[in-house]
Amino acid sequence: MVKKWELIESKNRFYCDGRCLSGHDIGVFILAIVLISITSGLFFAFDCPYLTIRLSPAIPVFAAILFLCVICFIFRTACSDPGILPRGTSDEILYLERSNVTNSPHGVALPGRTIEVQMHTGHVLQLKFCSTCKVFRPPRVSHCSLCDACIANFDHHCPWVGNCVGLRNYRYFYSFLFSLSILCLYILSFNITNLVLRSQDKPSFIDAIRDTPATIVEAIICFFSIWSIGGLCGYHTYLICRSITTNEDIKHTWNSSRHGVTVKNPFSKGNGCVNCFSTLCGPLPPSFLNLRATVKADDHINRVKNEPMSTTNIEPIIQYQPEDNRRQNNNRMHSTTIHPYSDQKQNRRTPRDYI
Amino acid sequence: MEVTTRLTSEHSIKLFIQRDYSEGTAVKFQERFPAELEGKIDRGKFVDIIRHVNSIYAEAESLSCKAFMENCCACLTGYLLLLCMPTHYEKCVRRAAQYISEENDRTLTQNGIFMIDPMEKGLRCIEVCISSNR
Repeated sequence: MVKKWELIESKNRFYCDGRCLSGHDIGVFILAIVLISITSGLFFAFDCPYLTIRLSPAIPVFAAILFLCVICFIFRTACSDPGILPRGTSDEILYLERSNVTNSPHGVALPGRTIEVQMHTGHVLQLKFCSTCKVFRPPRVSHCSLCDACIANFDHHCPWVGNCVGLRNYRYFYSFLFSLSILCLYILSFNITNLVLRSQDKPSFIDAIRDTPATIVEAIICFFSIWSIGGLCGYHTYLICRSITTNEDIKHTWNSSRHGVTVKNPFSKGNGCVNCFSTLCGPLPPSFLNLRATVKADDHINRVKNEPMSTTNIEPIIQYQPEDNRRQNNNRMHSTTIHPYSDQKQNRRTPRDYI
Repeated sequence: MEVTTRLTSEHSIKLFIQRDYSEGTAVKFQERFPAELEGKIDRGKFVDIIRHVNSIYAEAESLSCKAFMENCCACLTGYLLLLCMPTHYEKCVRRAAQYISEENDRTLTQNGIFMIDPMEKGLRCIEVCISSNR
């Protein structure tokens, strides 16, 4: 039994029989988890007992809730499908080759062609062909070279979570940033409270530090990370309100003036609150990959890895495609006489699993 | 099933109904009648099917109170709620898949056409197979 995730050609790693996925390199992600756990662990071990007796038992309880939230959100971000688009099959490339969906002349090879879309807002979007994924990239889709896949609403590839941040995990990522900045602030403020209270009991401040050296370590880690985490959180809040992605902000997609006219973001709903609402609480599409579906031997999914497409010459594509098709057809003729889509139909009725 | 057994790959032409991005990134497929289907199926009938699929996806993408509440509850539980409950969008996707398979059984396969759930292609296009020996 071959499952669909085993045939995905991107560089992602898959776990738990296709239930979770992550980027290729997860070293920094593990470092982030260790850093968060150690800082919180030190807080629970060295600050909480004193603060519970001195102030209130609510302090460790609230810290534990925050810590669990952070861990939950980081795992959701790292293990969800960010919105990877499935690659184009050979039939699709053949159709695109022949059809006139593009605005370019027929002589130009597919990778050189573009589709121009006139939006009702007056914007003209140019859709480019992705020569790795063999699809015309829809608006806001970008190819991540680290994951080797086209990601819907690509924001950026975050090494700290070891995954791309895109359409499907952006809200998890933002929740993670938000809860982590609160956790950082919380730990830092109670570290200071702890030191101040202890220095009241002790003759001097130095004695208080000598009592709890771990508190100083936590305070230093939190103090240095709060600027970057808080800054990033603020930056993403700004981006969400304007409904643009980090990728678009870096490339100045909607800021540059072209032909003397300033281009406005066509995806903004006009109001910061509505943008916020639609990005964070809007509908969440399921994973496009359907990773846990079983692949039958004569399914239409291309088992043969596609050759890299040449960007200048059309000849290799044309020679390659018919061969590929013939091979598939031969398979079908020898192996089965039943309708090739009948098993697909059954396939589709089995419940989909969503990451 | 007798009709469908003839619909093998070597006799079929595939065509792909592309997305319509004129209203933004919301899922919408082009509602024009492809030239390849001329003479195979009634023009209005086919466009109606696409339009109905579009309406299901428009409902999935709409900013409704229900979707808002669902996402707020999910956020408060650390998104663990989504592991045990299908979202509004998923229900709509399933409904669209069911609608397409019903239309296949009802009208399309009789005319030698087979439509595939757009989710298979990552909502980029709807794949339509035509058997050419009819």
